[in-house]
Amino acid sequence: MADTSQMKVSDEIAITIDNMNKWYGSFHVLRDINLTVNQGERIVICGPSGSGKSTLIRCINALEEHQQGSIVVDGTLLSNDLKNIDKIRSEVGMCFQHFNLFPHLTILENCTLAPIWVRKTPKKEAEERAMHFLEKVKIPDQALKYPGQLSGGQQQRVAIARSLCMMPRIMLFDEPTSALDPEMIKEVLDTMIELAEEGMTMLCVTHEMGFARQVANRVIFMADGQIVEQNEPEEFFNNPKSERTQQFLSQILGH
Amino acid sequence: MSDKTTNSIAFVAEGTIPESPPPARETGVYKWARENLFSNIPNSILTLVALALIYSVLSNTLPWLLNGIWTTSSLAECREVLDGKVGACFSVLSERWNQLLYGFKYPTEAYWRPNLALVLLLIALAPVLFFDLPRQLLGFTVVYPFIAFWLIWGGSILVPVIAFLGFVAAAVVFQRFGKGSFAAGFFGALVAALVVWKVGGFLIPEGASENAMLSSVPSRDLGGFMLNMMLGVTCVSLSVPLGIALALGRQSSMPLIKWICVIFIEFVRGVPLITLLFVASVMLSYFFPPDATVDLFLRVVIMITLFSAAYIAEVIRGGLAALPTGQYEAADSLGLDYPQAMRLIILPQALKISIPGIVNVAVGLFKDTTLVSVISMFDLVGMIRGPILASTEWNGVYWELLGFAAFLFFIVCYGISQYSQWLERRLATGHR
Repeated sequence: MADTSQMKVSDEIAITIDNMNKWYGSFHVLRDINLTVNQGERIVICGPSGSGKSTLIRCINALEEHQQGSIVVDGTLLSNDLKNIDKIRSEVGMCFQHFNLFPHLTILENCTLAPIWVRKTPKKEAEERAMHFLEKVKIPDQALKYPGQLSGGQQQRVAIARSLCMMPRIMLFDEPTSALDPEMIKEVLDTMIELAEEGMTMLCVTHEMGFARQVANRVIFMADGQIVEQNEPEEFFNNPKSERTQQFLSQILGH
Repeated sequence: MSDKTTNSIAFVAEGTIPESPPPARETGVYKWARENLFSNIPNSILTLVALALIYSVLSNTLPWLLNGIWTTSSLAECREVLDGKVGACFSVLSERWNQLLYGFKYPTEAYWRPNLALVLLLIALAPVLFFDLPRQLLGFTVVYPFIAFWLIWGGSILVPVIAFLGFVAAAVVFQRFGKGSFAAGFFGALVAALVVWKVGGFLIPEGASENAMLSSVPSRDLGGFMLNMMLGVTCVSLSVPLGIALALGRQSSMPLIKWICVIFIEFVRGVPLITLLFVASVMLSYFFPPDATVDLFLRVVIMITLFSAAYIAEVIRGGLAALPTGQYEAADSLGLDYPQAMRLIILPQALKISIPGIVNVAVGLFKDTTLVSVISMFDLVGMIRGPILASTEWNGVYWELLGFAAFLFFIVCYGISQYSQWLERRLATGHR
């Protein structure tokens, strides 16, 4: 597998987060987040649980509201306007920890639903595209089964294909491998690596440090709702600057 | 090596052992009875007690059923024929058959009309209940209510036609404006329908219903099991969509809508159906202007529908709550808007979970239609308690009449329950 961490990144800006703050009630979850993501960047976000990693990427497609600061995705400012939110969501694909496939629809229907209803793609074209992406994640033969009949790794690959069918410019991954058995993690990571090689802009919350080393061109470490450290992966893993990062890395890589 | 020794390991079969039947106590009825009825002493005792019980029930009812008399014209005659023997007097059913089914005022020469409406009902329901059937059949389902109305009530054909046109106008307006804003589409549709109905009202000539093709039958003349079926089918089919709307409204993030739904549901659930029916029959006319005559049947339908919609809303809310939030998030993250997410993702799953609960309410509602007998509508039970039992011929025939009523209701309710079990199996996709 090619090492994509050195792949070139364009100067076109995909996401700008400016001084963003978020509270759950009176609990300050995200504090002064500043982040600029260029088109084609592959960012891995890590940190201890409860540090706000998932909340951060869920703010980017407005699954969570932020109370202060601004988020601009692909030139569209995230506001309360539902039209803007729907537009951003159709540009940004998302994969969840628990896959969240629609259990009452077949794999193929899962993949064609959003293109048909949101993008108004003709059914036939949507199905062709779905089969194309299902082939890419290597499960075209499962297209007519239901999600409940697939293994966890297969389900997560379907979820990736489902997002790709919307032709997103940015992909968000919220701990895509945390709910999987060890032997299934690899098949999902391979799919994600392939995606990275094609130049997809990716933000990935994960604990897979091997994946971060190989794929990411930037690693962000979060703790207590703020970005504590970010750097290129080599530098981040070999030479962490802050004490908090050192502690985290020693815990996660220690055994 | 012909000399076989007993301690040799080597062995060659000398031929095929022929098949033989298993021992008698390991097959058929004998085995089944031993395993299921007499597996140990307490079970054997229970089996014997149960057999004795079944025998005593059957020995009392079977002669009564089999000796039943179907041809006499009064209870006194029945007793004469039976001459002290045990036997049912089913003659009341054959003699009052039409009254039990259609009530005592529905014109005899028009019985074919509700019969035809019932047959058409089966055709109209088929594509709704069995979604593997071609979707084009739904077109007939849409016009069916208007056809059925005209068949059963008769009168001028203009009435159902204009009612239908009003709905068409509403649908057209909603299609046109509903995309931009749901509220604009909704209220626009409401206004369009009202305008069509108002204008249409002037177009119907005075006395059109007197010399119509089908003679006009007022709601007061409806009765018998036909009335129960009409109320049951109308109220179930209206209260399911209303219940869905209430359940979604109760989850709405808009406080006004949410509180209207909560208050409505809590109020209606907290009131006995029978009070609502009394309100429908007596009180409601105080609230309408003196010259407004809202049909009694319509008033009852409104009340039963509101009542069961509140229950169905709570059942569906349970289904909605059972869905993981991930389903909402996945729908959102794909860019589906609220109506799409509800229609394509959330409701299909929530309704599937709610099927047993909805069917439970539907069955209860269907049986509750007999309550209209207390506001002097002559449904099946009303007919039995009123005109039939009060007549000199049949005074005192309780078992046969009420047993027959129970039997009719059982057939319909059992059918509904079987359908719902089929539906659950059909919708199972191997998840959870």
